[in-house]
Amino acid sequence: MDGMLALAADNLLSPIILFFALGVLAAFARSDLSIPEAVAKGMSIYLLFAIGFKGGASVADHGIDGTLILSLLAGLVLSFAIPLVAFALLRIMTALSVTDAAAVAGHYGSISIVTFVAATSVVTGAGLDSEGYMVAVAAVMEAPAILSALWLIARYDKGAAQMDAGLLREILLNGSIVLLVGSFVIGVITGNEGLDLIAPFIVTPFQGVLCLFLLDMGLVAGRGLREARGVLKPGLFAFGVLMPVIGSCFGLAAGLLLGLSTGGVVLFMTLSASASYIAVPAAMRVALPEANPSIYLTLSLGVTFPFNLTLGIPLYLAVATLMTGG
Amino acid sequence: MQTHQAKRVAVIIEAVMQSRLTAAMEDAGVSGYSVLPVLAGGGRSGNWTREGQVGRGQGMVQVICIISPDKMDDLLNKAFAVVERHIGVITGSDCEVLRAERF
Repeated sequence: MDGMLALAADNLLSPIILFFALGVLAAFARSDLSIPEAVAKGMSIYLLFAIGFKGGASVADHGIDGTLILSLLAGLVLSFAIPLVAFALLRIMTALSVTDAAAVAGHYGSISIVTFVAATSVVTGAGLDSEGYMVAVAAVMEAPAILSALWLIARYDKGAAQMDAGLLREILLNGSIVLLVGSFVIGVITGNEGLDLIAPFIVTPFQGVLCLFLLDMGLVAGRGLREARGVLKPGLFAFGVLMPVIGSCFGLAAGLLLGLSTGGVVLFMTLSASASYIAVPAAMRVALPEANPSIYLTLSLGVTFPFNLTLGIPLYLAVATLMTGG
Repeated sequence: MQTHQAKRVAVIIEAVMQSRLTAAMEDAGVSGYSVLPVLAGGGRSGNWTREGQVGRGQGMVQVICIISPDKMDDLLNKAFAVVERHIGVITGSDCEVLRAERF
């Protein structure tokens, strides 16, 4: 317990968390501090490129084994399955309609790459190794949850969801997935030699860019919470905190069954606990326009993301360390 | 200089629906259109701003086109079919153009 509290305290005082908090406070205080859209997108591209490439280079160094394939499969299964759990929980805990509940559930089966990046940073800071291919697992887990959400809608409200070939292509080939997987593959191909070539760009500046990006995320989260105050009923808020913990349990089970390293288990737990706020909201706006975006965006960005960042990741690290003896 | 009557249609729509709207416009015989970014807004769905956005799940664009009056109804029907279930506004107004043969 003491170790967990110390971890949490260390995490809360890390630059990335403090910059996130600064963003939230600035938003609540209605400061005119803002990060231009193009800059935010540029930082997002940088983070995806860097994390993908580093993951690929790590895989090139350690080699590809059967655990990689099984991890990808496990991620795929979890991304399909977690929305079903989230949907059931929402129907019990909240008064959300089927449409809104399905839309929210889709977000929780997908992943937050920024939460993953933050967890990677914490794992590295704790001196733990992790499997480089967890980046590929992140990419695999991004899209299937959307299909689960649409299946839920089709089951309960036939005709409510709009799905066509164009949307499917957009979901499977969205920019985040393409960049993450592409950078990962290039990292695998070029290995440590390639990493050495571009290390001054993707290793040294990484933490600083992450701080700025989390400042922006704090501003966006704070603004969203301020605007959507009326949306956040107690049951929804409780779901936003409880569901990541439940999701992390699935990630823990998968990581332990696969025999992943302690760091790998932490990352799997984080992926299962996180909720999308980039790829899935865009897909939901097309496929489920009747779903209220204030609900799912406020939950994923305003509740679950800060929870994971501040308390969740240290919790997952403590539990993973305990369970793996790492 | 001689001018000709035409219709100007401006559609404010969610950014994720832009390609579907422009496809519907082209299907309705629109020869060209322009897409403008919308910086921020507010309405029944709440307030929003482009600042800090990294995805297209939020955010609106404005698609403007000029069309001959006889094609207006077909364009409005096809545009409405795209916008109907989404956040958006379709407006039409009279305008004058110099080269009617281009619209």
